[in-house]
Amino acid sequence: MATARDYDDIPGTYVFDGRRSQQGYRLNMFCMSLNDEANRERFRTDEAAYLDGFDLTPQQRRAVLERDWLGLLQLGGNIYYTFKLAILDGLSMQDVGGAMSGVTGAEFNQMMIDGGRSIEGNRRIDESAATHGSSGHTS
Amino acid sequence: MTTVVGGIGTSHVPAVGAAIDNGKQEEPYWRPYFDKIRPAREWMAAEQPDVCIIVYNDHASAFSLRLIPTFALGVAAEFQPADEGYGRRQVPVVQGHPELAWHLAESLIGDEFDITIVNEMDVDHGLTVPLSVMYGEPEAWPCQVIPICVNVIQYPPPSGKRCLSLGRAIRRALDSYEGSDAEGLRVAVFGTGGMSHQLQGERAGLVNPAFDTAFMDDLIAEPDAGSLRPHTDYIREAGSEGIELVMWLVMRGVLDDQVDEVFRMNHVPTSNTSNGLLILQNAR
Repeated sequence: MATARDYDDIPGTYVFDGRRSQQGYRLNMFCMSLNDEANRERFRTDEAAYLDGFDLTPQQRRAVLERDWLGLLQLGGNIYYTFKLAILDGLSMQDVGGAMSGVTGAEFNQMMIDGGRSIEGNRRIDESAATHGSSGHTS
Repeated sequence: MTTVVGGIGTSHVPAVGAAIDNGKQEEPYWRPYFDKIRPAREWMAAEQPDVCIIVYNDHASAFSLRLIPTFALGVAAEFQPADEGYGRRQVPVVQGHPELAWHLAESLIGDEFDITIVNEMDVDHGLTVPLSVMYGEPEAWPCQVIPICVNVIQYPPPSGKRCLSLGRAIRRALDSYEGSDAEGLRVAVFGTGGMSHQLQGERAGLVNPAFDTAFMDDLIAEPDAGSLRPHTDYIREAGSEGIELVMWLVMRGVLDDQVDEVFRMNHVPTSNTSNGLLILQNAR
């Protein structure tokens, strides 16, 4: 995990590289299982029992049960996989984008309609911190 | 010998497919986008390609972290729409072109592109939404389709240079095709994904239309120079999911060095994405 990458200074971004893939393999494969309607039904019926079949870490298990969308990324989740859990909950990409960035889904949708999040001030952690007063650290 | 009728670069936003499937095109949110793409659909209806080679990425549908081919070629006679978590999209089954696909496999591998050959795979929104964008809602897709799936989910994706080279190798294969229907066979190629967007993390919602414009300009005029753009530049400037744009370079590689711009559109937003649509033809 020690090797620095030139994308590590991009704020609020979890590049799904080999480091994260190793960390999140079982979590993501749990999400993958939700492509099957029979599995979705089993998960809806008893989430905790269904998760017993996937050997998640306690932190990953909690993040799934609590729908901690940002936490899932920080624990190795990939957005295309974790979004399958959001689909099951009937959420949109705006809902999840809002949850990960600290606003409501409606506020996030309005931000997109207004032209989206600007690149200005969001290229590097140092400029992002200066602009927003938050670190946006990614690892 | 086939005829390459053109190259199409298009985003493959799932919400666009959902808007079409659920009859929302006239709603205020969607109408500007669907109005803008009308000329592209007219071009497609006039050109009537027999075969569309669609370069797209799978989003944890047919492939998963269990098996991650960098480049995969679908050689089947048909491909079912995938269940991505919502149930299967209610669109026509995608008809393949096994004879041309197998020729591509033989030619590409002979040309040192060791592509993965796939006999069975479902195709997700990455492939079916571009068909909906260009064709709307026909009873059956009016073309056969050869899927070429590129890994852009598990970092690192292939380089832009490699993608451009793959496109050129596909063109050599098309030029050497002598199959039963080769005479006059009309082929279009799609590069899909992008444009700038970021779905994940605190920076979710990032779009960068200035980047998108520059990307299209480079793709048209200076594809070799543009293909050298490092992955980190895409992630930083176009968002973590903006790196899908490397797939447009495969499309560009299939075309001649000199191309004409037939159509260009960029619309913000569709869902969380800067939506682009570009049509290029070999220069006349």
